[in-house]
Amino acid sequence: MNLLEKLDASAAARKALLPDGVGAFGIPIEEVYSATEARIGDRRVLLLGTNNYLGLTFAPECIRAAHEAIDKEGTGTTGSRMANGSYFGHRSLEREFADFYQCDSAIVFTTGYQANLGTISGLVGPGDTVLIDGDSHASIYDGCVLSGADIIRFKHNDMVDMEKRLRRLGNRVETTLIIAEGIYSMLGDQAPLTDIVKLKKAYGCILLLDEAHSLGVLGETGQGLVETTGLLKEVDFITGTFSKSLCSIGGFCVSNHPQLEQLRYVSHPYIFTASPSPATIASTRAALELLRKGSHLRKQLWQNCTQLYTRLKEGGYLLGPHPGPVIAAIVDTPRQALLLWQNLLEHNIYVNLILPPAAPEGKSLVRCSVNAAHTPEQIKYVGDTFCKLHSLLCTAS
Amino acid sequence: MSESNYDEIMKLLCDRLSGLSNSSIQITPETNIISQLSIDSIKLLNLIMEIEDTFDVSIPINALTDVQTVRELADLVYKIKSAS
Repeated sequence: MNLLEKLDASAAARKALLPDGVGAFGIPIEEVYSATEARIGDRRVLLLGTNNYLGLTFAPECIRAAHEAIDKEGTGTTGSRMANGSYFGHRSLEREFADFYQCDSAIVFTTGYQANLGTISGLVGPGDTVLIDGDSHASIYDGCVLSGADIIRFKHNDMVDMEKRLRRLGNRVETTLIIAEGIYSMLGDQAPLTDIVKLKKAYGCILLLDEAHSLGVLGETGQGLVETTGLLKEVDFITGTFSKSLCSIGGFCVSNHPQLEQLRYVSHPYIFTASPSPATIASTRAALELLRKGSHLRKQLWQNCTQLYTRLKEGGYLLGPHPGPVIAAIVDTPRQALLLWQNLLEHNIYVNLILPPAAPEGKSLVRCSVNAAHTPEQIKYVGDTFCKLHSLLCTAS
Repeated sequence: MSESNYDEIMKLLCDRLSGLSNSSIQITPETNIISQLSIDSIKLLNLIMEIEDTFDVSIPINALTDVQTVRELADLVYKIKSAS
């Protein structure tokens, strides 16, 4: 099989799950009306397939900041910070992130994906070990592969399993990086951070926590799982993204370890990438300010999450263990998931379709992302529609 | 480890791969795990965790980049178990 034939085989496997014409992946969005509504084809749809958790995509403060940055500094930096320099905005955003997490250092990356890629591949290398949760995001897997370190998985959120694997590593634990996530993107469940920290200390490892989905969502000031657990000082490195609660694009790593700064000189995903544009940095800075003061947004977000989670549970759906901004209906087969997804779209609701192997345990998911800008009426309509469509699962097993 | 241990590893792999695959083909040491058995990456990674537990070893998943056939997987597990 030559290179192109391999792609043909991969395309055939994809089409077997998702026939041509079903645009579940990369669906064309013609117009965006607000944080909660857009047009897909001729339909005005409710958006529950975005990660706009605080609903800030149209926040006037962020839009104004982006406009002013373009006017002052142009549309792009045209290269990496190593070569083209660090703008005032890049340095300011790093100071603001360090302050937000009460840490000594912060590094801004061009995407959230690169934040994990760059941090992990900068921290570990061949001969080291990374111990990762089995449900880790692809950016974590890819960062581990790029690093050349030995990659060991533990069962998702299973601390007995994690300790077993730590024990097997013997004295290699000294050069082991444990990686977990504040909120996992598939089922919306949270890492058992208290237990992870206990094991990290007992075995003398370094811990990295990815707060991509929990930044802005968890904690009084929105720091994430480190805030709700009070374990900020126990986590060695925190990564996250700007593309969810902060409504732009980019990523970060913060730490109290002074060695974080060395990543700027060894991490290829940091060095060999154009730096974030002035508008991106400016809107992120404005959004971070809103996020820090946004306890009212978090309150509304959690009311919406609880309302939808409760309604779907009542309607007979199997869900992840915790209510949260990621609420996934777990179904047995891709056919069930596809039918439900298509019918929701016909009822003007856009959600995410997730098929194996992306979904855990060989299941398929119809995943909702709730945000603070959704009204109780919108959430009610989504919950009622899901419940009305539940019988489809029996007809499409 | 002895030859019988290698056979034990091979038998375990064949049994488990047979359970995971949707294909009806007879699994031999030369069977290609991905292209012939159509086992997706996550199922394979979960199988590795199971093998780790069975033989009480650590098998880095990046070592799987050199594994295509059942025999190559058995060789990898045997090598790691022998060194532990």
